[in-house]
Amino acid sequence: MNLFGKWRGHSASRPGSGQNARATIGAPPRWSMPGLGLFKGLVVTARNMMQSYYRKDRMTTVQYPEERVTISPNFRNFPFLCYDGDDPVAGLRCTACSICEKECPPQCIYIVLDRDENGKSLKRPKLFDIDISVCMNCGICAEVCPFDSIYMDGQYEMSTTDRFGGLLLGLDRLAKSADYHLKLRPLEASEVAARRKAEEAKKLAAQAAKEAKAKTDKEAKAKAAAETQTAATGKGETA
Amino acid sequence: MSLLAMSTAESSLWSPEWLPRLPQRLVEMLLRNCHAPDWLVTLAGYAVAAGTVVAVFLTAFALLSLIERKTLARIQNRLGPNRAGWFGILQPVADGIKMLTKEDIVPAKAEWFLHLMAPILIVVPSMLALGVIPYGREWVPVSLDLGLLFFFAVGTLTEVAVFMAGWASGSKFPMLGAMRAISQMVSYELPLIISALGVIMVTGSLSLPAIVEHQGTYHLGFIPAWNVFTPWGLTATLVFFIASIAEANRCPFDLPEGESEIVAGHMTEYSGFKYALFFMGEYLGLFAISGLFITLFLGGWQAPLPGLTFVPSWLWFFAKLVAVIFTHLWIRGTFPRVRMDQLMRFAWLCMIPMALLTIPAAGIWVFTGGGLKGWLVIMPLLLIPWLILTTIHNRRLAPQTRTYTFADS
Amino acid sequence: MISDLSRFSPSAAPALDDDQLLHVSLGPQHPSTHGVFRMNVALDGETVVSLKPVFGYLHRNHEKIAENATYLSSMPYTDRLDYICPLSNNWAYAQAVEKLAGIEVPERAEYMRVILAELTRLINHTAFAGFILGDMGAWGSALMYAFRERELILDLFEDLTGARMMANFMRFGGCRNDLPAGWAGKVSALVDGYGPFLDEMEDLLIGNEILLSRTRDVGALTKEVLINGGITGPMLRAAGVNYDIRKVEPYGIYQRFDFRIPLGETGDCYDRIMIRFLEMRESIKILRQALDQLPDGPFVHPKAKIRNFKPPVGEAYARIEGPKGELGFHLISDGSANPYRYRVRPPSFINLTLLEDMCLGLDLADVVVILGSIDIVLGEVDR
Repeated sequence: MNLFGKWRGHSASRPGSGQNARATIGAPPRWSMPGLGLFKGLVVTARNMMQSYYRKDRMTTVQYPEERVTISPNFRNFPFLCYDGDDPVAGLRCTACSICEKECPPQCIYIVLDRDENGKSLKRPKLFDIDISVCMNCGICAEVCPFDSIYMDGQYEMSTTDRFGGLLLGLDRLAKSADYHLKLRPLEASEVAARRKAEEAKKLAAQAAKEAKAKTDKEAKAKAAAETQTAATGKGETA
Repeated sequence: MSLLAMSTAESSLWSPEWLPRLPQRLVEMLLRNCHAPDWLVTLAGYAVAAGTVVAVFLTAFALLSLIERKTLARIQNRLGPNRAGWFGILQPVADGIKMLTKEDIVPAKAEWFLHLMAPILIVVPSMLALGVIPYGREWVPVSLDLGLLFFFAVGTLTEVAVFMAGWASGSKFPMLGAMRAISQMVSYELPLIISALGVIMVTGSLSLPAIVEHQGTYHLGFIPAWNVFTPWGLTATLVFFIASIAEANRCPFDLPEGESEIVAGHMTEYSGFKYALFFMGEYLGLFAISGLFITLFLGGWQAPLPGLTFVPSWLWFFAKLVAVIFTHLWIRGTFPRVRMDQLMRFAWLCMIPMALLTIPAAGIWVFTGGGLKGWLVIMPLLLIPWLILTTIHNRRLAPQTRTYTFADS
Repeated sequence: MISDLSRFSPSAAPALDDDQLLHVSLGPQHPSTHGVFRMNVALDGETVVSLKPVFGYLHRNHEKIAENATYLSSMPYTDRLDYICPLSNNWAYAQAVEKLAGIEVPERAEYMRVILAELTRLINHTAFAGFILGDMGAWGSALMYAFRERELILDLFEDLTGARMMANFMRFGGCRNDLPAGWAGKVSALVDGYGPFLDEMEDLLIGNEILLSRTRDVGALTKEVLINGGITGPMLRAAGVNYDIRKVEPYGIYQRFDFRIPLGETGDCYDRIMIRFLEMRESIKILRQALDQLPDGPFVHPKAKIRNFKPPVGEAYARIEGPKGELGFHLISDGSANPYRYRVRPPSFINLTLLEDMCLGLDLADVVVILGSIDIVLGEVDR
């Protein structure tokens, strides 16, 4: 409903009808009652004011912290490390390969590899620190991780009164279970879980096949050895 | 002393009409029982009357600062302040505490005495002006025969104070703001006063209670005889209203405190309680000029229909005040600011001619005796110049129709 | 209207003695300068005699950081250039790298890019409409309406890219992830609802006498001066110059869409506002067509590399028609993982160079309106 529709004059010719289709938008006619434009503006604001009392889309304020906006599951704010099972140390998927540390644009990740007494890598991080004050929430670390280990969390209420230590999150605060990932992003987590399960199954199958092959090889070898043995003894007997 | 005369009137002490007078009458009765001398009774009466007005309007100022923010917020599709107390009702208290506890900074280059006096000079004249407006049938704090003249005289003091504030601050932005403010306020004083002349002519008196009483009859049984319902009065109403927006430095005429350009204009170098006083002075001035607007054109405390006189008259006044203030807020939330030269051009070339025309129109109205004949005779007198003015205005504003082409290549 | 450039000669003396002028510094902390931007204005009364812009308050070494970072690492930084329309910056940079390395983009990704770019144009022009009225002192009503609509689009971006503004979505060879289920439907619904919102904003703005008097015949320049100054974008088209990179040198798949380029007449502030409204309507048209034609397929080139990306030696310059003008990225590669030189052509910065010419002889209040009509973002001006 528009009382003032005739002013808008989108009286352009059909689209693609050739050169210079004209639209006399925005221009009041040669003589206009001064104040009518102002009056239109007043009507718009009055309408908005009245509608703000009963229309949801005209009063979009969400009174935080009593009400919260349901954020999209795809929202990314800060990384977290995923672990399988219950043990955040043993089940941690991260192998401290430091690819995320290298790719991070503002270089906010600090990883120290855990080594045993002989200096051999234990394929897990001893130290994994991310600095909130530096992280720019780009998600590149999650994109490049080859071990499905680091993902972007949706938690945004991370403010703290401790300006330095509180803003450096270590393994204890970063490690979150795979169930958490499933609750946060069901689609992505279930996809990852399915893929990992398939890979695991493939690995197991390959392992089983290898073992079976080794077993059959051993049996064949044993059989062949037994046959040569009997042939040799058979030859010895006839001779 | 019409005040004493009214205090011995016949109406009962406890009728709702007398409610605003209650504190004053109680104090007077108390003092007379204590056999106080007459002059003391009168003085105390006046003091309490003034105190009532000040108390009511300071509370109204506090409430308005909240209501303004909430109304503007609703216009902008958001909630206003609602954290300090239910509905944000304690927000003015919080603002007051904030203003009081801020450090008072006076720039080194400023004239400290004028810097100090300026906010005081803004608040006091507005309060003085509030004293002559009739709020109800029995309630006008000071009934002067020259009430209207007094109002305008006292109102212009605020302009001096604005300029004092700007000049005494010793810095550029306030100076710029003050110069803008002075030229704006002086330009809009003229339409303000000239549009009131028609009312004075028709009423025959400068006394504000008399003006209100003159608008007390009802034509045809239900149309109130308010000045806004006459052709000259309608024009004068529009002119006066627009001039009052400019006088109160409200948007769209808030160039002196043009926040987007010169920070806060003449109020830039003020902090703490002095800033709060500026705010207070501005809002009290808004109340005063809206009160005058209602008195002159909207029938003051008169009820709109003859059957509604059971509602106390001061309640009608405040209802009309709420409506006028709401219109001010509505306009503020909608329009962008007008530029300085456009403001002046509008005042001198559009408002003053229209205001001047209301004077002969009012005279002809009285001559023809009002009514339909009056309307028919006066409308051409007012419409034709207005059409001429708007044609000139349009030629300046929209010299040619703007066409926006679409390049198809 | 300024068409005489002889003022720039060193021998041109100022008309008044310097101490008769009032020197005002607008900014850097100022409600209307669209960021930390400073203007040293010399006023004679209320008239502007000279205006010297000072900026650099938001300089963040973007180009130098890019020289030490990998190509992919620069992508989130491009979001922060023009933070009102981040996805356009992403696309321009991705295009530059794709040109450098000769990577092809699959069709679905191209459509996704067009949809996102036009949505970005919508959010930019909507925010502009709000800002310009706020600058003029309309106490934020139009600003709130504009941002209310902008939030709807930002929610869509959050659904798709994971962040409302800093999307970091384009990759070299396509996009970062595919559209989630139902996203295209949501965009379609939003596009349908955008027309009434534009009608309402136009009601608020178009016939408004105060807006007309503040913006008409304010800040106009001739076509020659604009072209010589390197101005691009809606500022140029408002003056009547038919130059839109989407038509002149189409990138992506813009040739497939049927849309028109609105042109103004005089190029004053009013024309610039109206041109942006008309562009918004054209963007809606493009969005409808793109959503209808959206094909299935991969969202990124299958051989696109995220890590260890080393483009061949060479240089490339790619430009897009960003909402503010021509946004270009010039990359010089020396074969390693970091660019040798990374240069951004920021439209806001170049459009600002003619600020003084537009403001001379006008009032101080006009300066704010003109600055608002250029539509700058300091993140881009200072990088």
